[in-house]
Amino acid sequence: MSHAASLNPDYVDEAGRPIYHPVEEPHHPEGHSTMLGFWIYLMSDCLIFAMLFAVYAVIGANYAAGPAPKDLFDLPLVALNTSMLLLSSITYGFAMLAMVKNRTAQMQIWLAITGVFGLCFLGIELYEFAHLIHLGATPQRSGFLSAFFVLVGTHGLHVTFGCIWLVTLMIQVWRKGLIPANKRRLMCLSLFWHFLDVIWIGVFTFVYLFGMLR
Amino acid sequence: MSAEAHNEHAAKTLSDHHHDDHHGDDHDHGSFKTYMIGFLLSVVLTAIPFWLVMTETLAPQTTGLIITAFAVVQIVVHMVFFLHMNHKSEGGWNMLALIFTIVIVVIAVAGSVWVMYHLNVNMMPTHEMQSMG
Repeated sequence: MSHAASLNPDYVDEAGRPIYHPVEEPHHPEGHSTMLGFWIYLMSDCLIFAMLFAVYAVIGANYAAGPAPKDLFDLPLVALNTSMLLLSSITYGFAMLAMVKNRTAQMQIWLAITGVFGLCFLGIELYEFAHLIHLGATPQRSGFLSAFFVLVGTHGLHVTFGCIWLVTLMIQVWRKGLIPANKRRLMCLSLFWHFLDVIWIGVFTFVYLFGMLR
Repeated sequence: MSAEAHNEHAAKTLSDHHHDDHHGDDHDHGSFKTYMIGFLLSVVLTAIPFWLVMTETLAPQTTGLIITAFAVVQIVVHMVFFLHMNHKSEGGWNMLALIFTIVIVVIAVAGSVWVMYHLNVNMMPTHEMQSMG
């Protein structure tokens, strides 16, 4: 029996002898592969952003005699936007720490604060877009502006869906409590939320800061 | 050994197995300390590039190199302190998927920039080509 204990019990018969061809699939608990699957989704999302960054890198300098980044970008506003997203990342982290300790009310408050920061980010971004369009710097104006609006807009759309997801999960936790399925969902959203912050590092560095250097 | 003892043993090893399997709720959630370290590092790594560009302290090329380096470091900081990446998570498959993605991203972005740069140079209007001479 000591020999059998070292073997994977899913592949051992009743007498402790190894089974080379399991008749049934080994049992796995529900959701055991969710985190890996979600991570692979994030990696594929990363490829979408890579394509958009590549497009911006290729046509981002084609101004078609229109406005250049220096004429349009307002760095203090971008800095404010960046801090909103960074603060929402740390507050989501605090929500996860509260979740691990099963402090539901505390977690809900941190999630709500995260959502408020996310909405502030979206508000500032929409204000920036409205301002650009008011100036005539629309996506149709030049290759630079098309690539800019698609890249930054796709990121903003992700944050929008993240906020919707956040509210959905807050209602789920409010109704069902911190059941394992909800914890798993909150961990997925945690990955998604921090991932969007990672993408934003690329956006503010290569779009906004490099734009002002040109 | 009786059949009951067998079953008991099998049940025990089964539960041990699932306990050791790292598929339950024993993911790395970080701690208050690691989140704060990550946050403070991110604030510094964000503030310095913004300050460099807004004050135009250095030459544009130097600034470009420095802010690229800061972005790369900040991405690693976020990966480690916020996304809790390490070589052990999900049996190493997380890291493998990440490395594969980085390879594809580098090929796609660097390849696009390289190819299109050469295309632009070669498609330069004729009079500019002649003046380059």
